[in-house]
Amino acid sequence: MKREAVTIGIALFVAALAGSLLIWFVGKSPLDVYALLLTSTWGTSYGIGQVLFKATPLILTGLSVAVAFKVGLFNIGAEGQLAIGSFATGLCGAALPAALPGPLAVALCVLAGMLAGAALAGLAGVLKTRYGAHEVINTIMLNFVASAVILWAGNAHFFVRYTTHTATISDNATLHHLGFAGSEANTSLVLALGLAAAVAYFFHRTRRGFEWRAVGHNPRAAQNAGVRIGSAVIGAMAVSGALAGAVGANYVLGYKSYYERGIGSGVGVMGIAVALLGRNHPAGIVAAALLLGTLSHGGLAVAEQVPKDLVQILQAIIILTVACVSVVRARRAHSAGAAA
Amino acid sequence: MPGETPALELRNIRKAYGAVVANREVSLAVQRQSIHALVGENGAGKSTLMKIAYGHVRADAGEIWIKGERIARHSVPQAIARGVGMVHQHFMLVGTLTVVENVVLGQEPRRGGLLDLPRAAAQIRALSQKFGLDVDPGARVEDLSVGQQQRVEIVKVLWRGCDVVILDEPTAVLTPAEVRDLFVVLRGLVQDGMTVVLITHKLDEVLAIATRVTVMRRGERVAEHEAQGLTCEQIVHEMVGRPVEQHLARQAVRAGDAMLEIRELHVTGARGTPALRGVDLTVRAGEILGVAGVEGNGQTELVEAIVGVRAVDRGTVAIAGTPITGEPVARRYRAGLAHVPEDRHDRALVLDYSIQDNLILGQQRDFVGAFDVLDRGRVRAYAERLIREFDIRPPDPDHVVRGMSGGNQQKLVVARELSRQRPLVLICAQPTRGVDIGAIEAIHRRMLEARDRGLAVLLVSAELSELRELSDRLVVLYKGQLVATLDRAQLATDDALDTIGAMMTGAWDRRAGQPAQDPTEAVAGDARP
Repeated sequence: MKREAVTIGIALFVAALAGSLLIWFVGKSPLDVYALLLTSTWGTSYGIGQVLFKATPLILTGLSVAVAFKVGLFNIGAEGQLAIGSFATGLCGAALPAALPGPLAVALCVLAGMLAGAALAGLAGVLKTRYGAHEVINTIMLNFVASAVILWAGNAHFFVRYTTHTATISDNATLHHLGFAGSEANTSLVLALGLAAAVAYFFHRTRRGFEWRAVGHNPRAAQNAGVRIGSAVIGAMAVSGALAGAVGANYVLGYKSYYERGIGSGVGVMGIAVALLGRNHPAGIVAAALLLGTLSHGGLAVAEQVPKDLVQILQAIIILTVACVSVVRARRAHSAGAAA
Repeated sequence: MPGETPALELRNIRKAYGAVVANREVSLAVQRQSIHALVGENGAGKSTLMKIAYGHVRADAGEIWIKGERIARHSVPQAIARGVGMVHQHFMLVGTLTVVENVVLGQEPRRGGLLDLPRAAAQIRALSQKFGLDVDPGARVEDLSVGQQQRVEIVKVLWRGCDVVILDEPTAVLTPAEVRDLFVVLRGLVQDGMTVVLITHKLDEVLAIATRVTVMRRGERVAEHEAQGLTCEQIVHEMVGRPVEQHLARQAVRAGDAMLEIRELHVTGARGTPALRGVDLTVRAGEILGVAGVEGNGQTELVEAIVGVRAVDRGTVAIAGTPITGEPVARRYRAGLAHVPEDRHDRALVLDYSIQDNLILGQQRDFVGAFDVLDRGRVRAYAERLIREFDIRPPDPDHVVRGMSGGNQQKLVVARELSRQRPLVLICAQPTRGVDIGAIEAIHRRMLEARDRGLAVLLVSAELSELRELSDRLVVLYKGQLVATLDRAQLATDDALDTIGAMMTGAWDRRAGQPAQDPTEAVAGDARP
């Protein structure tokens, strides 16, 4: 835990340095830009709220990638899983009777989203177990499948005429906002944090978590110990997809009140970066999501002074440096421990 | 010759990996035209020292002298240029290339810008003839037996003009007959003016061939002797630092009911070719059945089929009368199986898990409380008990297994398997591979105890001395079939090892019960399926 924090610290420092150079190149003062970045996010109530709002889906997709990764799988299809999940959440929300108690309506909508995500990712798990097809290829291809299915089904049945969004969800399924001077932050943040805690507990306390981690570290030893690799793979993919599928809670139930095509796009890919920055640990993932949420919202404010691409470059530099620094540090730790 | 400058001299070599000191001010002088043995337990620092001499690893401090010349910035090309070559324990060969291609790799002879393989092949043939190496330059390396591959490595060193040859554990993978052939080759090299350094932990070999012996322990040079007049006991004592019992007391067999029954077993190996072709085996309660064989003759697949991690094509496996063919792995363990896998890093351990987590791996279901949550208190108490009972070091349940010595990792696996709730059949595959002498003694003792307690033990090993020491009966596996069965009395005879060695390489006439007449049969080359 501690050495990982140091790794991230070094990476952030290097990234900030490199970013300063870039800002200086475009003729601005790095200090001013960084100050603006911070005050526009953590300096105001609204800013904090927006950071939380942007961090919420990143927590979920980060968890999604991390769960698969812990079991030795690379799920890069969070993009498709969150799309199909959000679609399902939107449909469920629109179909529910208005008389249903609020908590129940919300639970049903979230569940629908998670199940849809789980089904899509689980399919990739089945293909891997059954036919040995690699999950990276499968999850990428299923992204396109998900997108096409949504478009076809939406146009045929569910989209409001002349639009690419579904009907508005019933009021009882809408999530409360958290305040923060009218920001979009909503109670799905609580869901995301709860799921992060659940993932941590699952992996480190339960018998099945113990087995799944063993599969991730050494599948041959796990198999020899009587763990069924196939069910672990399918199960982990399903859980991973369910976490991505929960993203709809934030966008559909907490923000737009309907599903719209393309909603949350990009968040699935960012989940990989979140998991990487968070070292696949739930607490780290929450921290990483907050960091990227800060950059995402702060980038909007900074865009007045510097090109908005610069913030994206900064993000990329952070991710690259974390990857490099952790590889270097791991290699060093390895060569030090090799003789033992 | 004494008085001359040594062929190779190391002075006060120090090398540390992090906090672990692999070599602590080690000095060593290898006289020209000698066979110098470097002995010590695993982790004693022998290989590190020789990798430093070969320029493969850089020392933290100390001097390297080759033929009276001090080498300042040592490297592998430097070593080879000065005539020092090394044959590694794990061969550095490209299987799909031919012998000549492997030999010239990195130093290809050219003529007019083109590769001149015929010339190299002729040179290899000449070297091979001169030293009795019997290497065909045109053969593909993956078609060769392990012994032949090793000779290719030796040719590689000689072809590069080296006259100091370092061999790291050269006999670990050879049958007794191949070991003898190797020794003939090594003596020939020395007679021709070369110098040999031999890293080994097999002491009978040291006494058979070495002229001088250096003993290392925990990174330090503890003793050096003329080989003449040395005894095994003396060297072992110096290697381990205490006297070790070479032969364990054993009770007479009281074999009971058949606990492991294998009938007509056919299994396909990893390469898609038949690995087992109709194997019948019975192991009774209270006996140790040894399985000998050159690696790659179906031992791995036999164990995998019993454990259930490899599919069976035909035939049956039963534990204590219960058929388990086709059953999932977990159910086999519940039926009474215990299993020490052949490669602890591959199938036995999760290296990034702690000692306690590895001790319950495979039995995690027995340690859950409500809601499928692991009862950490019970896990820890159980682990602490096993650590004490089996003397696992470090005695810390939270210690991550990756950092442990091979011997302690293996003790952990043995502890876990022998402490299962109700074991009836114990499968031990290469239980002491890469394990130091002290741990070997402890593991052997545990296996004999298990047998005396009434377990049926199947011991698969490449170490003939181990098989001979422990087995009540012994079968030889060759090309996926059982060649012969030997009982305890036959195992005790003087030529038992030679007989088994002949059986292992197929050089055995089953009907006549003697070595085969046809010498082409005797080539171990086709022993690998």
